[in-house]
Amino acid sequence: MQLALVIDPGKCTSCKQCEMACAYEKEQTFNPAKSRIRIFDFHEEARFVPYTCTQCDEAWCQQACPVNAITTDHASGVKIVHDNLCVGCKVCTIACPFGTINYNADTGKVIKCDLCGGDPACAKACPTDAITYSDVEQSGFEKMKAWAAKTDAAAQS
Amino acid sequence: MAWTKKILRINLTSGEITTEPLNMEWAQKYLGQRGLATKYFTEETDPTVDPLSPENKLIFATGPLTGTCASTGGRYSVITKGPLTGAIACSNSGGYFGPELKFSGYDMVILEGKSPKPVYLSIFNDKVQLKDASHIWGKSVWDADAAIKAEVQDPLAHIAAIGVSGEKGVLYSCIVNNLHRAAGRSGVGAVMGSKNLKAIVARGSNGVTVKDPQGFFAATDAGKKVLAENAVTGEGLPAFGTQVLMNVINESGAMPTRNCRDTVFEGAHDISAEAMAEPRRSDGKANLSTNQACFGCTIACGRVSTIDPTHFTLEGEGKDRYKHASGGLEYEAAWALGSATGVNDLDALTYAQFLCNEHGLDPISLGATIAAAMDLYEEGVINDEITGGLKLNFGNAEALVKACELTGIAEGFGAELGMGSKRLCEKYGRPELSMTVKGQEFPAYDPRGIQGMGLTYATSNRGACHLRSYTVSSEILGIPEKTDPLVTDGKAALVKAFQDATAAVDSAGICVFTTFAWTLDDIAPQIDTACEGGWSVDKLMEVGERIWNMERQYNMAAGIKGDKDTLPDRLLKEAAKAGPAQGLVAGLDKMLPEYYQLRGWSTDGTPTGETLSRLGL
Repeated sequence: MQLALVIDPGKCTSCKQCEMACAYEKEQTFNPAKSRIRIFDFHEEARFVPYTCTQCDEAWCQQACPVNAITTDHASGVKIVHDNLCVGCKVCTIACPFGTINYNADTGKVIKCDLCGGDPACAKACPTDAITYSDVEQSGFEKMKAWAAKTDAAAQS
Repeated sequence: MAWTKKILRINLTSGEITTEPLNMEWAQKYLGQRGLATKYFTEETDPTVDPLSPENKLIFATGPLTGTCASTGGRYSVITKGPLTGAIACSNSGGYFGPELKFSGYDMVILEGKSPKPVYLSIFNDKVQLKDASHIWGKSVWDADAAIKAEVQDPLAHIAAIGVSGEKGVLYSCIVNNLHRAAGRSGVGAVMGSKNLKAIVARGSNGVTVKDPQGFFAATDAGKKVLAENAVTGEGLPAFGTQVLMNVINESGAMPTRNCRDTVFEGAHDISAEAMAEPRRSDGKANLSTNQACFGCTIACGRVSTIDPTHFTLEGEGKDRYKHASGGLEYEAAWALGSATGVNDLDALTYAQFLCNEHGLDPISLGATIAAAMDLYEEGVINDEITGGLKLNFGNAEALVKACELTGIAEGFGAELGMGSKRLCEKYGRPELSMTVKGQEFPAYDPRGIQGMGLTYATSNRGACHLRSYTVSSEILGIPEKTDPLVTDGKAALVKAFQDATAAVDSAGICVFTTFAWTLDDIAPQIDTACEGGWSVDKLMEVGERIWNMERQYNMAAGIKGDKDTLPDRLLKEAAKAGPAQGLVAGLDKMLPEYYQLRGWSTDGTPTGETLSRLGL
């Protein structure tokens, strides 16, 4: 079973605990500026949306990297940046359609979510289960269930 | 650790910007935020200073837990001498601005003097600049926020700003950050305006570290678990916000209604949390769109609301900005703009709340001042000529929102409302109609129905306030243990204990709402694992008591002495007409002498030499 971060914006309160947990895991400091996950506040729509790398199967970042610094962990599907190989050219940041791989000026390398080696800190820190770490093949389960209930209610009425 | 140990000092007169190390000896005695900034303030500022003069200072201060993963660890406070009261002012805010200031590398910013022209302060880590604000002077908080964001070209910057009310010296104007969180009370926005400072924008990429990370994670995780499992912080506040109190307080007979003429409001349900959650007829949506957390908060009590699209407040030109979601009604605002004025129109109140956010007004003082004006109007003391045609009868929603619009820009009768209820009622010869203590309007709990709040208001160092000792917790909600709200026995000790504990919480960087679930036993380990110095419950209580006495000393030197520890006659002499408190007045005289004694103060309310020396003051 492959696991992935499953994000439900409807449950997010924009508390930023995920950003702090991520930054602490990666930088040993509470510093949301360095977080690999970010919450977007769509104020006028009253929506808060966590967003991070979804670990593409055929990843644009990986294909664009000229020095093969991004590799795949086949068990987890995670794309990992190897700092010892990364030359900080930032081509991956251009290639990624989602903006989830970014340059860290302090180190001269790029940073992205690596699912914390299989135990993502953001999901553990989320107080509302807006971010969970679960079976990638069943990530639509809760949504399907909610719609199944709605559909059934409509059919019965 | 936890502290950045660095202060930013801005001389607005000369434009000089300097940094200095945080006084760590003081940090051990005053912790941070409210306590530590008040120590700096009282050391540096003459108590007799005119609050709106360049000689007053304005401090933005974070606490040691601000910007950490401690639940609610995102608070900052603004400390100054308040223009509404002439007393020490300290207003606390959430949102995301405080942590950003700390991530920039500073525990606090001390602003001195007065800029020769309108400016805003830009803090991007160690790049700190005063920038011209002439083009945004005269704009609302919301417009200033958008203009500055566009100018600094950084979507992650966080802004605290004043509106036109602050520029024009409305005495209860506030400082609004993140569009709808505010350092709300005592007119700190007017002090900012008097310094020609429109806004502060912050963006930081320096992390915050703690002394013992493993211990800190264990302590903060345990704290989060307590909040999640508590009925108030785990269920009531996220679902209903502070508005969960509207029906509860009304049923307790402690709802200050129509400028405290009554203690029960017949329209309370219409403006309650329950009403906010009901789908409306026009578009099938509820007033409440979602709840929102401040930085680090695992409670998430904030309200985000929309106004009914068919409501009269959205008719006409220029109303597009109110037709989307924004910061909605909290209990204090719903009470002040609603029960206090007798208005039970939920959408009118939501619109008035939006105006408070947009223009930077404290909804408590605004609503209570309009309520006083309504009392004057109903009594025939003021008329249409004076109000500019506003028919200020209790319950008139149209007049209420017009009054809010005018006060936001300090025009017409709004300029008079901007003086606050004490000055307004004095001007028209009826000072007894002002529901204030030390010049500040009191909040949403009638002391006739919750006796401890009478002592709380009378002795609060920043003028009437519920956030200095929220005995409602004990008297109504039974936290930490239930006491009878209708009796005065035991309340002196209760108030003192709440005051001291709250002063410590306000100095830590966390939110006082945690104390619905947390005691200092939950809080001390979080501070202790973050900060050097051995932070026990006893030490926190001592720090809290020291802060309380320090604030008191400043006020005494400013001329605000024991004779000001009182309540309006309406509460002391006119008994409640209905509800559980029927026949009762506020029994302040039964509590105050005992309170002074417990505080170690003389019979006239002066801290004795022995008390001051015990606290190291």
